[in-house]
Amino acid sequence: MEEILDIASRSAERAEVFRVTSIRTPVHFEANRLKQIQTKESVSVALRLVKNGKMGFAQASGNIPPADLVNMALETSQFGFPADFDFPPLRSFVDVEVFDPQVESIGIDSMISLGQAVIDAVCVNTAGILCEGSISRGTATFEIASTGGGRASCKRTNFSISMDGMLVRDGDILYVGDIRSSCRPIMDASPVAGEIIRQLDLARSNAPLKSGTMPVIFTPFGVAGSLLAPLISAFNGKTVLDGASPIKDKKDMVIFDSKLFLSDDPTIPYQPGSTPFDDEGMPARRNALIDRGKVAQFYYDLHTAALSGSSSTGNGSRSGGMPSPSIHALVIEGGKISQADMVKDMKEGLIIEQMMGAEQGNILNGDFSGNVLLGYKVDNGEIIGRIKNTMVSGNVYQLLKEISAIGSDSRWIAGYVNTPSIYCPAIAVSAK
Amino acid sequence: MQDRLLSIIQGLKADYIEIRLDDSQSSRLVYRGERLEEAGRTASTGGCVRALVKGGWGFSSFNSLDRLAESAAMAVEQATHVGKGHSEFSPAPAVIDKVEAEYKKNPLEVPLSSKKSILDEYNRIMLETPGIQTTSIGYGDVKKKVTFASSDGSYIEQSRIDLNLRLSAIASRNADVQQVGLSIGSKGDFSTAEGLQEKVRGIAQRAVALLSAPEARGGTYTVVLDPVLAGVFVHEAFGHLSEADHIYENPQMRDLMVLGRRFGGQHLNIVDGAAVPGLRGSYRYDDEGTPASKTYLIKEGVLNSRLHSRETAARMGEQPTGNARAINYTYPPIVRMTNTYIEPGSTTFDDMISGIREGVYARDWYGGTTSLEMFTFSAGEAYMIRNGKIAEMIRPVVLSGNVFTTLHNIDAIGNDLDMNQGGGCGKAGQSPLPVSNGSPHIRIQNCLVGGK
Repeated sequence: MEEILDIASRSAERAEVFRVTSIRTPVHFEANRLKQIQTKESVSVALRLVKNGKMGFAQASGNIPPADLVNMALETSQFGFPADFDFPPLRSFVDVEVFDPQVESIGIDSMISLGQAVIDAVCVNTAGILCEGSISRGTATFEIASTGGGRASCKRTNFSISMDGMLVRDGDILYVGDIRSSCRPIMDASPVAGEIIRQLDLARSNAPLKSGTMPVIFTPFGVAGSLLAPLISAFNGKTVLDGASPIKDKKDMVIFDSKLFLSDDPTIPYQPGSTPFDDEGMPARRNALIDRGKVAQFYYDLHTAALSGSSSTGNGSRSGGMPSPSIHALVIEGGKISQADMVKDMKEGLIIEQMMGAEQGNILNGDFSGNVLLGYKVDNGEIIGRIKNTMVSGNVYQLLKEISAIGSDSRWIAGYVNTPSIYCPAIAVSAK
Repeated sequence: MQDRLLSIIQGLKADYIEIRLDDSQSSRLVYRGERLEEAGRTASTGGCVRALVKGGWGFSSFNSLDRLAESAAMAVEQATHVGKGHSEFSPAPAVIDKVEAEYKKNPLEVPLSSKKSILDEYNRIMLETPGIQTTSIGYGDVKKKVTFASSDGSYIEQSRIDLNLRLSAIASRNADVQQVGLSIGSKGDFSTAEGLQEKVRGIAQRAVALLSAPEARGGTYTVVLDPVLAGVFVHEAFGHLSEADHIYENPQMRDLMVLGRRFGGQHLNIVDGAAVPGLRGSYRYDDEGTPASKTYLIKEGVLNSRLHSRETAARMGEQPTGNARAINYTYPPIVRMTNTYIEPGSTTFDDMISGIREGVYARDWYGGTTSLEMFTFSAGEAYMIRNGKIAEMIRPVVLSGNVFTTLHNIDAIGNDLDMNQGGGCGKAGQSPLPVSNGSPHIRIQNCLVGGK
């Protein structure tokens, strides 16, 4: 890294290097059996530099000489945007625990037994089901260095269990599944197996459904898969800056139900989305996005903040290119009502667990429309079976303006979203 | 390199071993509104080793070639740890070949400044359209050389150049935001990204028009799809179901997908094949060294064949089709589509819509996904059909169906096959893989449309 900075500083005014070194070992299961063990090692280096006041960018992995990387970035700087921010100077960060050495010492055989334990429990519950999934452990080191003296580094571990079940009966395919991840080892398979079995039990038989408008409960999976993508887009400082966010001029206004609290929180210990600093070396912090139904704040990286006359909220993120604003870990604050009580309250309605295609509509506008991949019908306060061939459509701003109840059943979905169930009074349903 | 790779393979004990090395250079340009947000270049080298021992697989990937020998030994050790049965893997002849990148107008030889001035013009056209709030443009090209060696004694070098351009025009009024996009892709021909001024103007005007367009009422309709959206439909609704890795270990799926089962009318023919030349999903060998082929998935309405890797083919007693693909060296190859399309029929567009009292004409794509049985795909543009005529524009719709019934409901196939090269396919975390898909116009009866 220092060598790249050295070479870069000969031709550029300023430079910054970002390096990620990672190793990941996933163990894959297919058709209820161990299928494959993988080991993935990777090192990638990204360089931003400022030449003649303009930003250049290049990225490399593998055997790319530092001088080549610098030349690539210099070439692109001719076309770069005017550098409107400084790379952060050396500073100290509040400690966020994201490393557990235990993860690296978990043996392959323990991971295999863990996966097999989930599969065995699910197969005992439901004969004929085929499970596919993986148990994975990994370590990644993030390092940032800049010519202004900025230095940051962080080592993060990750352990995850994901398992999906597929059950084919009478030409009908049912999917169930769960995913959990943490910076610490997850050595108990039973919550994952328990969640899959819960879904299987609710979907034993199919229930009829007529088109119309009816109340709906989004389970934590349902919230994560159906409702969040439009909000993530709308609160992005870049979408706001471009005028493409429907809430661009709604800051400090109450446009959601007052029961709704949404924050981005990278400071929770041992969560996979947690980190002491973002991918630009800015301190990561908890940011309230929706506070008591009010649009509290948008999220920014350095460049977008500079263009907006705002400041970085520590949300600079890289996914193969220059940093852009991105959330770390979304948290919707839980309520006091159990999911069972929500169901009891419903005369006729549905529960949405998984949607398919929800994010293919006009997300910018808050629209969602999709096929209910896994959902249940409620009649007179009781779940009576699985619904199929059903589409629901709505708009998150209309849907979240008035919420009947927020659940007490918060859980993490894949380590990046923590949400309870959300009970809404009305959604449009098209059934075949 | 050939000797080095083959000698590493010979030194190890496994039922099958392959080594893949990637070497790629890419460039990209990203605009948001008036701002060029990113001009960037990427260079990457890396490799992987995959080994099969007694039915178990090991896989290891690395960036530095110094790690190759160690990584190969690890892959074999992992496979040995997994393997408890016996390996089934279709044999393949040893192939020694070198495939140079095909190109017409090589995007790598077009200076970044020329690319920028073309995109600047498109961007200006959109931004000058009254009612347009902002735009988004992403351009990328990549040249990639893949070196493959296997325990069959094969050594293959293949290079390819891929190009992708996505433009979006975003219109806004009060809190209403509407967008229309255009996606272009090509295997090594920069001229496909040139001369798009009129199309670009069209998407900007449509985005503005959408602000005043009504939403569809949800329900079932007779739906006519244009070649682009019908291509997405055939990819989602049937292509993924044809991938044998969803089938080979599942007895019930094997029953559902038994060859000879009728899926649609006599007029329905669905093809996938990397051997169809010149398209984004075209290549000479897949990532297991199997030569590309052209496969009739459905012939005259009946399930005729499916897409295979060497493992799925062996397990099902069928022939490999050359569909094992990996997006890059960090993943093992899995069964993927290449160029997927519905063959043309004879119905003209006018005949197709003339008998429809109330229906939906859906054009262009926004996205699509499948659960194998159920699929959804979303249009980028939609109109009502009333009394046999195209009527008012409506907000883009999401369509959904069940594969086992929907293909039967196709009752007209047009004569105007067109291939869409602007899409990418995602599966098992490997996305976006260059593919193409296409179709003539098709008409589907009784199709579920989401809406109020």
